[in-house]
Amino acid sequence: MISADFSVVLPEVLLALYAMGALLFAVYTGKDKLARVLVWSTSAVFVLIALWIGLTAGDAQTAFNGMFNDDGFARFAKVIILLSAAAILLMSEGYMSKRDLLRFEYPVLITLAVVGMMMMVSAGDLIALYMGLELQSLSLYVVASLRRDSVKSTEAGLKYFVLGALSSGMLLYGASLTYGFAGTTLFSGIVQTATEGHLSFGLLFGLSFIAAGLAFKVSAVPFHMWTPDVYEGSPTPVTAFFATAPKVAAMALFARVVHDAFGGAVSDWSQIIALLSVLSMFLGAIAAIGQTNIKRLMAYSSIAHMGFALMGLAAGTAAGVEAMLIYMAIYVTMNVGTFAFIIGMEKDGRPVRDIKSLGMYSKTDSTGALALLVLMFSLAGVPPMVGFFGKLAVLTAAVDAGMTWLAVAGVIASVIGAFYYLRIVYYMYFGDEGEGLDKNGSVILWVFLMGSAAVMVLGVFNLFGIEGAAALAADSLVN
Amino acid sequence: MTVADFAFYVFAITTVVAGLFVVVSRNPVHSVLWLILSFLSTAGLFVLLGAEFVAMLLVIVYVGAVAVLFLFVVMMLDVDFAELRGEMAKFVPLALLIGVVLLIELALALGVWQFSDQAQGLRAAVTPDLAETQNTAALGQLLYTDYIYLFQAAGLILLVAMIGAIVLTLRHRPDVKRQNVMAQMHRDPAKAMEVINVKPGQGLDG
Repeated sequence: MISADFSVVLPEVLLALYAMGALLFAVYTGKDKLARVLVWSTSAVFVLIALWIGLTAGDAQTAFNGMFNDDGFARFAKVIILLSAAAILLMSEGYMSKRDLLRFEYPVLITLAVVGMMMMVSAGDLIALYMGLELQSLSLYVVASLRRDSVKSTEAGLKYFVLGALSSGMLLYGASLTYGFAGTTLFSGIVQTATEGHLSFGLLFGLSFIAAGLAFKVSAVPFHMWTPDVYEGSPTPVTAFFATAPKVAAMALFARVVHDAFGGAVSDWSQIIALLSVLSMFLGAIAAIGQTNIKRLMAYSSIAHMGFALMGLAAGTAAGVEAMLIYMAIYVTMNVGTFAFIIGMEKDGRPVRDIKSLGMYSKTDSTGALALLVLMFSLAGVPPMVGFFGKLAVLTAAVDAGMTWLAVAGVIASVIGAFYYLRIVYYMYFGDEGEGLDKNGSVILWVFLMGSAAVMVLGVFNLFGIEGAAALAADSLVN
Repeated sequence: MTVADFAFYVFAITTVVAGLFVVVSRNPVHSVLWLILSFLSTAGLFVLLGAEFVAMLLVIVYVGAVAVLFLFVVMMLDVDFAELRGEMAKFVPLALLIGVVLLIELALALGVWQFSDQAQGLRAAVTPDLAETQNTAALGQLLYTDYIYLFQAAGLILLVAMIGAIVLTLRHRPDVKRQNVMAQMHRDPAKAMEVINVKPGQGLDG
């Protein structure tokens, strides 16, 4: 019985064992001297497990009495999480070792965070949800304050920790109310008791608090306050990590909770998510205009993007979940490329984060500037790029579900948001030539920047078949 | 009133009063001692419920380990509690306001509370039948078989907490003299000690 259950969670178990093995090995041998090797081997393990999960697509199965779901939806999210984590780890190696931040615990903590994310997207029980979420969050709190001697990094870690604890409290309060009503923590049990039409007041309370806790993790307005400070204070590769894998995990978890546990009460949660979505899109678009620090700007950009992804979820249909998954996959790819550029922004070996420093960057490095131009257009959702198709998918899903007002709001917000993306492009090609930036020599960063930009252009033909996979994944969740 | 009823009231009142004194006593060491009393009487309540394993666990783990740890921390850390309390006083009105609002909200939610029709059955479904198994065996069944996945996940979370504490606080200071066990064990009297025969009345020179 138990051995059959463990064979279902084998990827997670292997990853956890790898983390523990790597930790013990590094402690007893070279310590931080091994960090570089560990970063590479961890990325390799991530990619291997992603291939394994992606290529051995079997039937959906559950383990541990339904606490763990291994279905198409979980697999889709896990592959994105693993691949993006591997990419960010590889990108961080150069930056971290140059600034003496590359400690062997870093890849180990990232691995454990990824295990937590995989548990999140597979959760079939409120307790399993919370365990995965905490495993992920605790690892992230630590890596956020990895630069111990910097006040900003410590502040980022502390702020993230305190607000994260608050959000966990809200989530747990909601979970306990839900349990109090339903008498079970299993999603499959809750969904039997939560039926359309007469959602009990207590359960509605529970649902709202759970939604608030999860909105915190995806940094949706009005639970977004931590995002800019944490993004700014953390070491840049860690910021890049925050912007990618955890967002996918939290968004997938959100979808899983509302569909698996509250699938019978779509109209009740759909309005909550629609509100979160519209607020996030507008705040993300407007508040980013005043930012000059590119990391803070990316924080607001991620808030706005989460708003769009939530729009897909708010539709409450299989098509909406499919659109959300496509959107997240595209968002992660764009962010990997953009952060590959941001990590490499430096002058005389010192990191520069002011967007004005990009002035006339096209003269220094014309291909790099062109790649960033493609990425910025894609982030803004300008038609020929792939980013546009992500936005189109969620807008179509919202309109089909009868939420035209939400789609219209999304279009307006996206037009406002385009301003600050285009401003970066403007600085690069027409800005003032001030201090300027050095051309970055790192091959890894260059490969990820160019690769991501190339995907944004070449993906317009068929999105690399991701639509079909996302449709299957959404189907396994909603039906 | 049977003996069990009487014991319940004694333990319950002791728990509540001790809990109150944890909060109001001025000396933090006294607070911890009151906390221990509160734990002990809670253990008594568990015995009355027939959950003797949990009761003993409470005594061993909470009284034996956690409370003693608290005591050490309170005694070793130089925290001026009076000053902290003075800082707190500024926020009392706001905290009270928020507390009252929350209380009203809770009352509203609980006032119209209703359980799902299936809640009773679903809640009972996971618990082993106590008529057939002992409560210790039932706990073991739940913790190490039914919920093994969550139990292991909790273990991983604790591991992360440990790694995190070490990563964020451990500093290797090169200027600190460390104990070298091997060097200590390989000291031999011939190198470390010198026997000098001091002649009476002459002393040592040099």
